[in-house]
Amino acid sequence: MNSKMNKQLIRIILSLFLVIISFLIKFDNQIYNNVLFIISYLIVGYDIVLKAIRNIIKGKVFDENFLMTIATIGAFCIKEFPEACAVMLFYQVGELFQDYAVDKSRKSVSALMDIRPDYANVYRDDEIERVDPDEVNIGEIILVKPGEKIPLDGIVVEGKSMLNTQALTGESVPRSINVNDEVLSGCINNDSILKIRVTREFGESTVSKILDLVENASSRKSKSENFISKFARYYTPIVVILAFLLAVIPPLIIKETSFSEWLYRALSFLVVSCPCALVISIPLSFFGGIGAASKIGVLIKGSNYLEALSDTEIVVCDKTGTLTEGIFKVQEIDAIGYSDNELLKYASYAENFSNHPISISLKQAYGKDINEKLVTKIEEISGKGIKAKVDGKNVLAGNEKLMREYNIKFTKSEKVGTIIYVAIDNKFSGTILISDKIKEDAYKTVKLLKDNNVKKIIMLTGDRKNISEDVAKELNLDECYSELLPTDKVTLTEKLMTQKSPKGKLVFIGDGINDAPVLALADIGVAMGALGSDAAVEAADIVIMTDEPSKVANSIKISKKTMRIVKQNIIFAITVKVGVLILSAFGIATMWAAVFADVGVSVLAIINALRILKIK
Amino acid sequence: MSKYKFKIKNLDCANCANALERALQKIDIIENISISFMTQKLTFECLEENKEQALEKIRKIIKKEEPDVTIEEV
Repeated sequence: MNSKMNKQLIRIILSLFLVIISFLIKFDNQIYNNVLFIISYLIVGYDIVLKAIRNIIKGKVFDENFLMTIATIGAFCIKEFPEACAVMLFYQVGELFQDYAVDKSRKSVSALMDIRPDYANVYRDDEIERVDPDEVNIGEIILVKPGEKIPLDGIVVEGKSMLNTQALTGESVPRSINVNDEVLSGCINNDSILKIRVTREFGESTVSKILDLVENASSRKSKSENFISKFARYYTPIVVILAFLLAVIPPLIIKETSFSEWLYRALSFLVVSCPCALVISIPLSFFGGIGAASKIGVLIKGSNYLEALSDTEIVVCDKTGTLTEGIFKVQEIDAIGYSDNELLKYASYAENFSNHPISISLKQAYGKDINEKLVTKIEEISGKGIKAKVDGKNVLAGNEKLMREYNIKFTKSEKVGTIIYVAIDNKFSGTILISDKIKEDAYKTVKLLKDNNVKKIIMLTGDRKNISEDVAKELNLDECYSELLPTDKVTLTEKLMTQKSPKGKLVFIGDGINDAPVLALADIGVAMGALGSDAAVEAADIVIMTDEPSKVANSIKISKKTMRIVKQNIIFAITVKVGVLILSAFGIATMWAAVFADVGVSVLAIINALRILKIK
Repeated sequence: MSKYKFKIKNLDCANCANALERALQKIDIIENISISFMTQKLTFECLEENKEQALEKIRKIIKKEEPDVTIEEV
């Protein structure tokens, strides 16, 4: 609680104390009791009355200060002292609670995003200077001690350590970092001193971009928020006009009724006419939802996207880098007449001088140093493979065409992926399967998406048909489109957009390198692991900081929960308010009920909204 | 069009924020003006040469609608 809230609280307690006294002690003369009520009223509500007077001078009615003042002064006029006092008192309790809740959720969301570095230790003239991260230039060397936040993006030039990336990615396992590794600002250095060469200015660094995204998120408003602010705009004037009619017309028409009876009912109307409870609980819910998502490493760029996510019907995924790891690895070795390791050794030696991704993955799998002197007579046969003399043996490594060219009898492999056929001394000696691996997380993603009522999961890829279909089958996807050019992806997405129901949404998940047009075209574009790729972060509506597609499903879950709470609050608040209005029009509900409809509803709606921050 | 961001102070109710936002939307030289009650931020877009003029108009409306509110560029 800040000092403003403390003052408020003291006023409330003092006023409450006086109210209780005047309830407990019945003075001989009723006037003393009434004076106590008036004093406690003024203690708790003088600022509201002052604001109301100021607004009336400006010609601004329908503002809540004005409504409360009219309602309470009216109650005093018809000698309902306790009610008048209670209305103001509880109104202030509601306001205080509202301030407290908003303040609390602001703090907890900003604590989630507590990644802004305060300073950077930079080497200048052989000395370490502590400066504002804003003042560090590209190319300068900064020093990050254990426990400090990395202030700017850069490359490690000295030292190795473990980095805590939780604030950025939601990932709790620390990441190990060595010389030449790229590091992102906002991570915390866990173990030992790192020297880093800065590669991006602070304004362009990851941490600034993320904070910018999160801060701007609540300025893109959702449909629910717009609905409620529109509702509030008409609700208050309508209720006030009804109150006026209620006070004036019945006493004129109905005989044998008192004017003060109808005024009492009209004043109850005024108490219920404040829309603030409803208006605050909705953006509060979205704010909480966006906060909960950023806690798991998902940045949602606007409340509107969080809202749309709950209606996800079709999820379209890119393959390479999204569902698969995007790294080619040796998956299987089938050796004939040699050991697996020997076969891998001959193939790696033969491919040693090539920079093709295939030969890189062969060498990676082999893992040992290659004695280049053992490799001679290297001949690259374009589009087919390589012929070389390795350790005195003639080695052929390449595709089927290579085997046919040299008339080598081989058994065709039925496996999916890139297959390297190896022949040693003109004899077929086995195959090596190289393929992209499906992410463990992809299986989880499919299951979670289906659990969250996603109707169709579709894969789009530029990759070959058999490889793509194998992945789609393995993951149990609904549809798979392969061998697509980037422009095909756009036209296909346009077609898929027409397949959903009018309310349903299409989500596209890509790793962002060539996907910017599709990211922009989809209802919701999700860029994955896109911390480095500016174009993708720019084009996407949601950015996932890790390379786990399942975070999309988790976000849908958060979105659904947020929307459930939003709907509960809208329905609950409107029902109670309208109910109390009807009851007080017939004289059944008292002003106490009206106070509940106003303050009670706002407190309950806020408590309900705060539940979102607790989503795991 | 450039985007400007301001911290907004002493804005104490969500409905007032909406009302103020609606009033500010009527200014013709600015676009996409938005007030976020939760983050207490005012953002808008306008041509760079119109910035001062726009700010003057914004301040004038704020003074009329919510006299306690002040804004401060971030």
